[in-house]
Amino acid sequence: MSVSVATEQRQFTPLMRLFHWLTAALVLTILGIGVAMVASLADYHRLVSIHRPLGILILIVVVIRFVNRHYSTLPPFPATMSPRERSVAPTSELFLYALLVVQPLVGWGMLSAASYPITLYGSIHLFPILPHNVMLYAVLRRAHTVLAYLLFLTFLAHLGAVLFHTWVMRDGTFSRMAPWKVRAQ
Amino acid sequence: MAHAMLNTPVFAVNTPQAFYDRLLAAQPNPTTGKPDPQKMAAFLASHPETVQATKIIQSHPASSGFENSTYYGLNAFWFMDASGRSIPVRWSLAPVQPFAPANTTGPARPDKNYLFDALIAGILQQPLQWHLIITTGQANDPTNDATIPWPDAREQVDVGTLTLDHAESEDTSPCRDINFDPLVLPEGMAPSDDPLPSARSAVYSQSFTRRAGEKKLPSTVTPSEVRK
Repeated sequence: MSVSVATEQRQFTPLMRLFHWLTAALVLTILGIGVAMVASLADYHRLVSIHRPLGILILIVVVIRFVNRHYSTLPPFPATMSPRERSVAPTSELFLYALLVVQPLVGWGMLSAASYPITLYGSIHLFPILPHNVMLYAVLRRAHTVLAYLLFLTFLAHLGAVLFHTWVMRDGTFSRMAPWKVRAQ
Repeated sequence: MAHAMLNTPVFAVNTPQAFYDRLLAAQPNPTTGKPDPQKMAAFLASHPETVQATKIIQSHPASSGFENSTYYGLNAFWFMDASGRSIPVRWSLAPVQPFAPANTTGPARPDKNYLFDALIAGILQQPLQWHLIITTGQANDPTNDATIPWPDAREQVDVGTLTLDHAESEDTSPCRDINFDPLVLPEGMAPSDDPLPSARSAVYSQSFTRRAGEKKLPSTVTPSEVRK
């Protein structure tokens, strides 16, 4: 084994991995809260009060993450990835980023269009980003649900692909993004 | 903020589940067209708070019109001062117009809109006024149960006057396009542990969303009907 292979970057940078798991935790939490929220009565207000600032937090985290990703060195694709997978990967990654940015913006936009106060915490409010228009609100409210389902399906596809590579092809794909440090073999 | 108020001093139920169960118990039987008395009896048997609240509501005479009725906020909220201390409050609107009891013995009025027409006519004659009365609760006053009145001795503060000097049709008012959410609160106010306002928030959010997406038709009450 040569020295150059042993020191080759096999994992995403620690900061990229931190952003990845932070986003995963936040997104799964907000999806769960969203589902519980629209089905609840007595807890509705409490859940919405968490859902709103959490959505804005995700928007901020994802934007910073995207910038960080742009300036980071990525590990090479695993040798087991087919040419087709390699060509699809950047597009699907970009699609996931787009969903993560668009979904909070749709949430923010729909509250603006309904002329709701956009309360984050206590007296901290966000400014509206769209004019008061209830027809626009109705469209965006529907879009928010559709995008949430799309986000969850994309998450499942992402998880499925990683598990397939890790458990079926046994190519160590998971270790590339593992929260802990994995040494090159 | 938007807040619906009722002309009854307490609410008939204290949880969203009880509200739902009561609706089911009161549902008319499709063949007889009347609710099943056994279902309502079963509901009341398991909801003594509704029996108590109904007694209070029935002992409270209805007024002859909208303009001389007291309106009650029913649910408790918290008021907070600048130092962060908070007190539980309820509120009501007490009419300046003198109370007169509703005629409940005579035959039913054929005109279903007479209460609304009288209110519009009254406003056109002279502005109508109500005092906003804040009732401050004490440590043991329930904040999570709208079926229980607070003791009469609680301090009441007159914090302002509501004046209605004109009415608007839906076509010219901003009411249609906002959600009537009781938990959109100004700074210094917070929801209590009463589960009803949150349930109303949830339900109104649904109905507002459905209404928002509908084609907008002209209001049944035209602007000319509510103006001089």
